[in-house]
Amino acid sequence: MIIAGSTSVQPYAELLEEAFAVYAENTLLYQCTIDIQGGGSAAGLTAAETNVADIGMSSRELRETEKEQLPYIFEIAKDGLAIIVHPSNPVANLTTNQLRQIYTQETKNWSELGGNDAAIHVITREDGSGTRSAFEELVMGKTEGIHPKAIVQNSNGAVRLLVSDDPNAIGFISLGLIEAHEGQKEVKSLKLEGIDAIPENVKNGTYQLSRPFIFAAKTEPAGVSKDFIDFIFSPAGKAILAQEGLIV
Amino acid sequence: MKMKKELSGYVFFIFALSAISVLALITLFIIARGAPLIAKVGLFNFLFGMEWAPSQEKFGIFPMIVGSVSVTLGAALIGVPVGICCSIFLTEFAPPALGNIFRPAIQLLAGIPSVVYGFWGLLFVVPFIRNYLGGPGLSILAGAVILAIMILPTVISISEVSLLALPRQYKEGALALGMTHWQTIYSVMLPAAKSGIVAAVILGIGRAIGETMAAIMILGNAVALPSSILDPVRTLTTNIGIEMGYASGDHQQALFATGIVLFAIIMVLNASAQYIVRRRGK
Repeated sequence: MIIAGSTSVQPYAELLEEAFAVYAENTLLYQCTIDIQGGGSAAGLTAAETNVADIGMSSRELRETEKEQLPYIFEIAKDGLAIIVHPSNPVANLTTNQLRQIYTQETKNWSELGGNDAAIHVITREDGSGTRSAFEELVMGKTEGIHPKAIVQNSNGAVRLLVSDDPNAIGFISLGLIEAHEGQKEVKSLKLEGIDAIPENVKNGTYQLSRPFIFAAKTEPAGVSKDFIDFIFSPAGKAILAQEGLIV
Repeated sequence: MKMKKELSGYVFFIFALSAISVLALITLFIIARGAPLIAKVGLFNFLFGMEWAPSQEKFGIFPMIVGSVSVTLGAALIGVPVGICCSIFLTEFAPPALGNIFRPAIQLLAGIPSVVYGFWGLLFVVPFIRNYLGGPGLSILAGAVILAIMILPTVISISEVSLLALPRQYKEGALALGMTHWQTIYSVMLPAAKSGIVAAVILGIGRAIGETMAAIMILGNAVALPSSILDPVRTLTTNIGIEMGYASGDHQQALFATGIVLFAIIMVLNASAQYIVRRRGK
């Protein structure tokens, strides 16, 4: 069985697959091999349409034409992006437009946003990262991209660490990773357009920086596919996704 | 050849060959994977392009070449004088007991994993620069300081060896002519050991330019030309290290192509170090 698609969904699908393999062996009493491949949402959905893959993974809503080809759609979770700053930063709310201008460096000083008179240290993720592509899609739109002078870090954790330590930094991370674990310093998540970055607001659709993680299939899942999808929506599967910071 | 007569000779030859063939395989692999992209983009555009955005088909690595050169130069400016002075202390001034503490300690410095240097830099050097000098802290300066420490063992041990290798008569002759100890070091020993010290510096630079893990953690990795030493930069190595996780297609090829450039730079550095050392031998 092959599952292919979004590189944002891929790591979560791999975690689920590992847990499912154990569950299948112990409870369902069969051995399964599920092959999880990247390639991007578009490639994965095309693979599912052409029967190259059994299930396509997407990190965006399906287009109408895609929905016609792949009528069996399962939203396994929602991924939210939180905009984080240092707890001492007086700025509490940004508009999407203000956020975009920070990342294009049209806005260079916190005082322009009602904060301290200090240069904004912009932190982003590396090219190719799913979190970065989500941010570009949801915030930057079709304008010029993130300014090249922005500091680049290659994990949610590295971005969080820097922001927790630098009073003038701003960064974006997965919504589930805002909370400080033992030994970590706090970060503050900003409201966007007045809406708190909390799971409830992602679920009810008011917080804008979120995207769905979708499994889509051409035919009704049966056999291993069905068992795997049932597992994802079981308490055990949901717990895995929630623990990784996704909203289920 | 005599070797052909002996079985053991063959066995050792095969082992020696395995080391060389791995090098050949790596070289071929990197070139095979990276060259198509350089051909597609054009060597000039690749080397001197100012924009790097693989997802938008922009493959210019000039900011990273500048990044590598500036950080390495900074590391050499700090690390080389300290390293040479340290080797002079060890050969000329240190009492044996003190030398026996210093030498193993310096070797230990070489054994610390680079990720530890990076983590230490991130938690101490970076905040220090941010709080007292300004900017985001992740910067050329932070990288230069950390890399300077990392190249110290190389610079110190090779300089020390070349100072110790000088004939005793040089020093004795200079002292007999009435030179002070410092004059002897400065005008006789250092010039005589010059080629060894230059080799030490070049090998140290090679170490600095190839460093990846610590550099990723403390340089900030921004793909833009720096305007001050407090600006973040990306080096050639960190470009590969930071983006390899999700790269595919042309993007992945571009990272291999970055590897080709890095490979060429390191080869030139090592070859010149060897050339300088051999010239001394003649």
